[in-house]
Amino acid sequence: MARPMISLRNVRKVWNPATPKALTAIDGLSLDVAPGEFVVLLGPSGCGKSSLLYLVAGLEAATEGAMACDGLPITGPGTDRGMIFQEASLYPWLTIADNVTFGLKLQGVFPEKRQRIARELLLKVGLADAAEKRPDELSGGMRQRAALARALAMRPKVLMMDEPFAALDIQTRAKMQGHLLEVWRASGASVLLVTHSIDEALALADRIVVFTSRPGRIKNIVPVDLPRPRSPRDPRCIELSQHLADLLADEVDRAFLEQEAAI
Amino acid sequence: MSALPLAGAEPAVLPSPPGGRHKLRAYAQRSLWWLASVGIFVAIWELCWLLGLADPLMLPPPHLFLANLPEQFKFFDPAGARSLQEDGGGLLSVLEVMAWTSMRVILGLALGFVGAVGVGLAIRYFPVFGNLTLPTITLLTPISPVAWLPVAIFIFGIGNVPAIFLVFISVFFIIVLSTLSQIDSVPAAYLHVARIMGANKHQLFRHVILPTILPSLFVTLRLNLFAAWMVVLIAEAVGVGSGLGQIVMMARNTFNASLVFFTMTLIGLLGYLFDRGLLWVQQRVLWWVNPSALGGR
Repeated sequence: MARPMISLRNVRKVWNPATPKALTAIDGLSLDVAPGEFVVLLGPSGCGKSSLLYLVAGLEAATEGAMACDGLPITGPGTDRGMIFQEASLYPWLTIADNVTFGLKLQGVFPEKRQRIARELLLKVGLADAAEKRPDELSGGMRQRAALARALAMRPKVLMMDEPFAALDIQTRAKMQGHLLEVWRASGASVLLVTHSIDEALALADRIVVFTSRPGRIKNIVPVDLPRPRSPRDPRCIELSQHLADLLADEVDRAFLEQEAAI
Repeated sequence: MSALPLAGAEPAVLPSPPGGRHKLRAYAQRSLWWLASVGIFVAIWELCWLLGLADPLMLPPPHLFLANLPEQFKFFDPAGARSLQEDGGGLLSVLEVMAWTSMRVILGLALGFVGAVGVGLAIRYFPVFGNLTLPTITLLTPISPVAWLPVAIFIFGIGNVPAIFLVFISVFFIIVLSTLSQIDSVPAAYLHVARIMGANKHQLFRHVILPTILPSLFVTLRLNLFAAWMVVLIAEAVGVGSGLGQIVMMARNTFNASLVFFTMTLIGLLGYLFDRGLLWVQQRVLWWVNPSALGGR
């Protein structure tokens, strides 16, 4: 593999260290993501996969370990790494166009240029008519597409997504996955997507990284070497899905027992 | 019945927007309820007077204290500057007094709001400044603005400034503390999104935190509007020597119950108009917030 876009070595993250509430979210995790690769992090909820995104995004510092993006150590947020959250989190006081180019405004890009870029991006995600609308006038799927356009505006080398479609209904979700694949192919960015849905992982990923439940470690890495679009009824897909379900089952049980014990 | 000009607004003469029949009906209905509510209140009062329960010297009903307006107007012009002019002179004096009181409220509120939001942001922006000022601010907050009145007079003497200062005080500390709690409850996702896109601290405060907290701070301002009105009247009665508060105090000293109730009517109307005015400003400036979320109608 050529130089990885994201490189993680023995990463460990402890929340509230040195307190009674100390919680090891990630332990001894090493992972490389190739340029342009689509990697899905799959695991039960609370297994530390979202924490990993926050670390790579630079929003949180790792307790131990080395993290690099495109060869440079990660010390804080950077525009080379975009992120999309479960909720679109568009700013209600800005129009969709202004939301999409918010990062460019922070960089001091002139309004005319921002306007032009917003139009291009919104066209790309199929929201050309929504430029002057307010976030609360859009549906959940449209808002999430605007958030995608907002992340793309920074031309990131890595796109991180934290359960981006979890709040959407199933039909919208399938549409959004198709959209995402198109945008991903056109942008050439690496994608790190967190989900707990096996179907979603199978529809999108080049590689699926299965997490153990707390503390989060890599249990298994499953390459998905199938052409897209993938049909869930494809026998190879069914086989992989069964395999992933088996891998996850133990972890889900463990996570469940832990949560029960914590109550 | 001239105490009811707001309630009695004629819905029929309003220009009807296309397709606005429903709105018009709702407006008419609301006006009717207004009329009924105020009408019943006045009717009970008048009835008490009729039955001899309300002494007209102490509780003169509306038809008495609104009967001889020019006579009332005279008291708003104690220097007699306009007494030689024709009928309009008295009304002008009343409006002038109302304008002075309003000016004090508006200036005090504006200075208090801007100053408090500024101080609140500074406390969170510069932690050392926050550590130095916050304990003092927390201690000063519970002191009633009225208790500041002597201080205000010592420092600023008799005049406009102590009244404006008191209005300022009545909103300042509350809005500082409210600013802090609002800053602390800005959704983490809003901050994350901006930080991911490379926002520095200054940009976070200016482009994310300030627009997020403004709507609820405006609600705090509106809730404290009536406290500001209370305080300005006290300040005028004691430390200014003009304004509606001074008129009420003078009416009390001269045992002029009619004048007391007439001035109270003016105060009520002005307070109502201020609330509506702030709501209007809020809807214009903070257009992204759903009005129902702000307690507006």
